[in-house]
Amino acid sequence: MAEITLNNVIKRYGKTEVVHGINLDIAHNEFVVLVGPSGCGKSTTLRMIAGLEDISDGAISIGSDVVNDLPPRKRNISMVFQNYALYPHMSVRENLGFGLKIAKHDDAVVTERVNEAAEILGLDELLERTPAELSGGQRQRVAMGRAIVRHPQAFLFDEPLSNLDAKLRVQMRTEIKKLHQKVKTTVVYVTHDQVEAMTLADRIVVMKDGYIEQVGTPMDVFNHPVNTFVASFIGSPPMNLLPAVIKGGQVVFVDGKSLPVPARLAACVTEGQEVIFGLRPDDLTPVGHGIAESGDSARMTLDVVLSEPLGTETILYTSIAGQEAQGKMFGPRNVTPGETLEFDIAMDKAHLFDAASGRSVRVD
Amino acid sequence: MANKRPPFWQREQYTPFLLLLPAVLTLLFVVLLPLLFSLYTSFTGYRLIRPESLWQWVGLRNYKRIFADGDFWVAFGRTIIFLTIALNLEFLLGLGIALLINKITWGQRTLRTIMMFPMMFSPILVGYQFKFVFNDNIGILNNALQALGLSDGAIPWLVDKYLANFSIIFAEVWMSTSVFAILLLAGLFAMPRDPLEAAKVDGCNPWQVFRHITLPFLMPFVFIAMTIRSLDVARAYDIVDVMTGGGPAGRTELLWTMIARVGYDNARMGQANAMAYVSILLSIAFTYYFFTKLLAARKYMGGAE
Repeated sequence: MAEITLNNVIKRYGKTEVVHGINLDIAHNEFVVLVGPSGCGKSTTLRMIAGLEDISDGAISIGSDVVNDLPPRKRNISMVFQNYALYPHMSVRENLGFGLKIAKHDDAVVTERVNEAAEILGLDELLERTPAELSGGQRQRVAMGRAIVRHPQAFLFDEPLSNLDAKLRVQMRTEIKKLHQKVKTTVVYVTHDQVEAMTLADRIVVMKDGYIEQVGTPMDVFNHPVNTFVASFIGSPPMNLLPAVIKGGQVVFVDGKSLPVPARLAACVTEGQEVIFGLRPDDLTPVGHGIAESGDSARMTLDVVLSEPLGTETILYTSIAGQEAQGKMFGPRNVTPGETLEFDIAMDKAHLFDAASGRSVRVD
Repeated sequence: MANKRPPFWQREQYTPFLLLLPAVLTLLFVVLLPLLFSLYTSFTGYRLIRPESLWQWVGLRNYKRIFADGDFWVAFGRTIIFLTIALNLEFLLGLGIALLINKITWGQRTLRTIMMFPMMFSPILVGYQFKFVFNDNIGILNNALQALGLSDGAIPWLVDKYLANFSIIFAEVWMSTSVFAILLLAGLFAMPRDPLEAAKVDGCNPWQVFRHITLPFLMPFVFIAMTIRSLDVARAYDIVDVMTGGGPAGRTELLWTMIARVGYDNARMGQANAMAYVSILLSIAFTYYFFTKLLAARKYMGGAE
């Protein structure tokens, strides 16, 4: 039940700086997901919020208190770990109640809260078992239960679903979202999986190499990536990124083929600017197989190298200007490799990034 | 000719027995026969100096004597006390050392090696060394105490009833604490980090983390060390024999020093074997106790049944 504020937080291990002065305001009851490739500093950031790692510089506050020097036990937060981190020698009931017992709550309160959490998470039947007797999904639920019984100021999740199989992961993802709707609390959630980030977050924080690249709502980050990294990291399959040059109002690719500069971006580019043309596979569709008619569209004839049917859609591998590009076919029909198709390109959804800086040319 | 049965050692159904035979024979001659023989002698008045007494069957007389023998039971009780004190001290010291070594980040390997030094010496030599340390006239300890002005007389470390027992336990602990330290350190290395962090976040202070998470995790290792060491200490002979020889006046007599004296010095092997069989019960009891605890602790940790 609290805001979390990171003010210019730096983490160094010896002389190596791994988190470079990040600033982040997390609102009361907000679900924020830190996402990025491994080694981007997202887990370190979370562990600094938890108090498991010291802060080298800057300040972290939870609620109204700066917690820099408080040990984890005084921060009133709870955390769910990737490997569940259950206490192996305790039953599920003891695992759930451990934090409350340590805080010297009455037995009656402990029992009540444990039962309450068990009910929310469907653990009633499992209370007397030990962690060794539980499946992965059940262990994860116990770990979440252990977090909610204490009614903390904030939940911290450190890649909680990455040890589960694909099906269970999707199921637990939904449960976490439901849980957040039931137990309104501030959540900071770390994952490397952009789908988890998109589906769970109120706001996504995309990190890379110890810097925050972009903060925004899932749709914002998806539709308006600020640079090529965010563009390629969020969305699956990833955005096609093709080097090109602006010449005479055209985006000219390395092989000489060209497309008009998207109308909404025309004012943001200069003649001769080297750019990267970004196009999501969803916006590169064979004619007649798009999602919706686009106002500003262009056409291109491309050879299909490979097709991957997914049922409702088929991923088509093709190449634009010698670069591999992926398109999508909605309402698919069979496509044979080597087939040549006419593609619609939704220019109003296309992105342009400056080739030198990688930043979006769009000026907000 | 073609239908002639092969000799029995070539028939398939005998092969397993044939292959097991060397092992069975070895066990029979090295373990089982001596065991049966010693059990038999415990029912005889066998004296080493009179071989014909081997055939002198006396029934339960040796055992009856033991049960009526106060000295034996004093030694029995002293062995239990000795074992309890030594094991607990070694456990506490070993745990402390293991926790400290686990904390340091620099020179850990070197310290681990140094820690094992006491185990590299023969117990006999350790006994001689401590006999010298604790000697009341020329011992280094009394000399040091006097030089520092902490004592003006010669403290009779190996003569006084309590001090002699203390000295022996000190030597035993010095030699074997590292068994605990090494096993517990292995346990600490194997310990997953996540539950510790979870406990910190759950509100535990460092003592509570240790008490509720670290210690339960270490218990299987503690019981393994306890099992090994209880067998070791229950047969303690060398250090005691060298340092005090069970004296003065039997005040440091443990089971095995007594048994050795009865068997070899007094040559009453029948009687000594009877004592040995009674004292083996002690080892079995301790082993059984610690093994039960070990299995229980391992079951908690999700290990074998």
